[in-house]
Amino acid sequence: MADTQFDLIVVGGGPGGYTAAIRASQLGMKTAIVERENLGGICLNWGCIPTKALLRTAEVYHLMQRAKEFGLKADNIGFDLEAVVKRSRGVANQLNGGVKHLMKKNKITVFDGHAKLAGKGKLKVTKDGKVVADLAAKNIILATGARARELPGMEADGELIWTYRHAMVPKVLPKTLLVIGSGAIGIEFASFFQTLGSKVTVVEVLDRVVPVEDAEISAFAQKQFEKQGMVIKTKAAVKGLKKSKDSVTATIEQGGKTESATFDRVISAVGIVGNVEDLGLENTKIKVEKTHIVIDAFCQTGEPGVYAIGDLCGPPWLAHKAGHEAVICVEKIAGLKPHPLNTLGIPGCTYCHPQIASVGLTEQAAKDKGYKVRVGRYPFMANGKAIALGDTNGLVKTVFDEKTGELLGAHMVGAEVTEMIQGYAIAKTLETTEQELMHTVFPHPTLSEMMHESVLDAYGRAINF
Amino acid sequence: MPIEILMPALSPTMTEGKLAKWLKKEGDPIKSGDLIAEIETDKATMEMEAVDEGTLGKILVKEGSEGIAVNQLIGVLLEEGESADALTASISESEKSELKKSEPKAEAKEAPVKAAPPTPSPTESKPAAKAVSEPARGDRTFVSPLAKRLAADAGLDLSAVSGSGPNGRIVKKDVEQAISEGGSRRAPASAARPAPSGPVPDFGQPYTEVPNSGMRKTIARRLVEAKSTIPHFYLTIDCRIDDLLKLRKDINGNGEDGYKVSVNDFVIKACALALRKVPQANATWTEEAVRLYDNVDISVAVSTPEGLITPIVRGADTKGLGAISSEIKDLAGRARDKKLKPEEFQGGGFSVSNLGMFGIREFSAVINPPQVCILAVGKGEQRPIVSEGAVVIANMMTCTLSCDHRVVDGAVGAEFLQAFQGYIENPLRMLL
Repeated sequence: MADTQFDLIVVGGGPGGYTAAIRASQLGMKTAIVERENLGGICLNWGCIPTKALLRTAEVYHLMQRAKEFGLKADNIGFDLEAVVKRSRGVANQLNGGVKHLMKKNKITVFDGHAKLAGKGKLKVTKDGKVVADLAAKNIILATGARARELPGMEADGELIWTYRHAMVPKVLPKTLLVIGSGAIGIEFASFFQTLGSKVTVVEVLDRVVPVEDAEISAFAQKQFEKQGMVIKTKAAVKGLKKSKDSVTATIEQGGKTESATFDRVISAVGIVGNVEDLGLENTKIKVEKTHIVIDAFCQTGEPGVYAIGDLCGPPWLAHKAGHEAVICVEKIAGLKPHPLNTLGIPGCTYCHPQIASVGLTEQAAKDKGYKVRVGRYPFMANGKAIALGDTNGLVKTVFDEKTGELLGAHMVGAEVTEMIQGYAIAKTLETTEQELMHTVFPHPTLSEMMHESVLDAYGRAINF
Repeated sequence: MPIEILMPALSPTMTEGKLAKWLKKEGDPIKSGDLIAEIETDKATMEMEAVDEGTLGKILVKEGSEGIAVNQLIGVLLEEGESADALTASISESEKSELKKSEPKAEAKEAPVKAAPPTPSPTESKPAAKAVSEPARGDRTFVSPLAKRLAADAGLDLSAVSGSGPNGRIVKKDVEQAISEGGSRRAPASAARPAPSGPVPDFGQPYTEVPNSGMRKTIARRLVEAKSTIPHFYLTIDCRIDDLLKLRKDINGNGEDGYKVSVNDFVIKACALALRKVPQANATWTEEAVRLYDNVDISVAVSTPEGLITPIVRGADTKGLGAISSEIKDLAGRARDKKLKPEEFQGGGFSVSNLGMFGIREFSAVINPPQVCILAVGKGEQRPIVSEGAVVIANMMTCTLSCDHRVVDGAVGAEFLQAFQGYIENPLRMLL
């Protein structure tokens, strides 16, 4: 008979859940994790990681097409979609195995099944409709994540209408593709299929693509996407989808006019809903708002002894947010004194081409909050490394509080910006002002020099522009 | 790898303390169990015991240093065969790695236990695991560049600001809070030092400055808190103690078991029994609920050269007078020697303060938070009273109950005093 009593049980083995379990084990708690599908969750199996593998393919393919620019010769450039997908799945599998190993190494008991709250400190685990375990723990962390929101009448069928999950394992490359929603997920797939040769149309209900980003960055990115041949319709909405045998006809409304267009495939990326169903929340004091569990600064739900972290608790839906909340939550349970998460310090990355990365307030948000701002900008065009890379489309923008010199936000679009944003994230966490950033020596020749120049520019001191 | 010696937490609420004395010098061999330092907290002095063996490689915090945060690195122990060269690396390592320090268990693999808990406190066995560690600070103030600039712009003295960031680092939020509080009040999170409200003018009068001990500071802080946050009111009652004095004389005259029961012992017992009748007086106020304590634990004010301390007679309602008497003698004696364990003076549900021995007839006491009542006991003395239409001489004792009106209303306080008076005036009932 396996052990069923634990100090902590984590429900869900995604980046939030497994991080919580490991931290708990480090702190000496007897820990278990219940996962109904794959350890590593969406991130590792169906999200962050496999998409990055696909986008890497797209990037290399894009460079191969530009071989001549670099003085290279390459003929008969093409791709094998099945092999592309296979590589992506292989990457996910490798990491999934890695998480299994981590669980073992940290002596975390893994239960395969679906867990449901069954009274105070109790969980019932079922698999294929059968009860496989009755578990008890002093503390329970819910980390069941989220899934794609589906619009009524436009539900994904996996054949013609896809969610991210179907889009990740395409059998054929659609010649024409409609992407509904231009958030991170929508725009990354749009970018991937566009680069591989699909004719992509993106429909966004708001007035710009990647609407959470700074308006200037959105506009810059949109221009790049359009240059690549993407069709972008903003302030537009898909009113209906009509499926045919191997195509879908969409009714798109924009500016009061309605038009119909036919696409091979449709990707629906219109938001996220929390996986709050069948968790046994009904008989608890746990509050659910807009499909997400309500928590306090330390991830405590309304029910004593039950915590929730990650996508389940709402935006930003980011693996690194989940992992950070996991640590805060577990340390709080352990009686340590963690600091609550500062959401303004969480960087966001979108791996379209060109990449987008940001942290903190946008220029508009800063102004709305009453800050008098100083804004610095530096274009990739003026950076030696960017020119050498042949990747000169990009912008690094910084927003400072004029009064205090606080770095309020940083917003970047262009090559490798997702790898660079951590510099500004550290700066924000350490509460540096423009002075420390100016005094920091950035290495030459790098793209990161632009981060320095952007700060200098905010104070009218840019050297190389 | 050198073993870090960290400032121990002598109680769950202790955030900082004074390193009163090093009992070992740098270079001294240390065996497990050796006493290495004396730590003074707000209420007690305790000896710190070594768990690991080695040589005291480096003392990082000088003796006499005050305000040393719990888990701050205070010294380094070298293991056998290690030279002092290992020190620099080890110290800078601990300065660098906040992440590592906040993972006590991971660390524990490398250095099993850093420093022993204070000798007399077996319940506090894992100081290092309780709170985020702090690296050696010395006189350095850790402050973010932004916080520094905000403070400079506002003309705020950073030494008056306590940091809430990692390792006690002062961050923007702390400075903003300090500014919004008028720049003089400290963040409540670590209200250990009294508010520095600028230099106090001396008007040219000569004086001697007596530095405040940790205990003095705690008394100041707690009483300011009590008087400024608790809505006090006072009820006074006279108790006739002729029967009590007679009974006491009988008990003490017998002296079989060496008992010398004091009037105060009767008072404690009477309070304990009265609290059983009126549990609202044995309580704590919180915003959400009033906590009524299951046990009757009575704090007894004891004066020491350094100041007031309130050791606790636990379960006083269940103890006999003799037991209460000898327990108070023991606690008071050790309180004066500063040898009380934290659990012996932290907690309690009700306090008794007796100034009768100083000839004080009656007084009102300040409530000892988070309790809601304190009984101030005056001197027992002969007074003329009117009894059954005639003036007679009686032994009287005046007691004043200070009540927290948030929990104890006037009638409840009166009910308590009535019950108390009933026991004091009919002391045999206490022996039932």
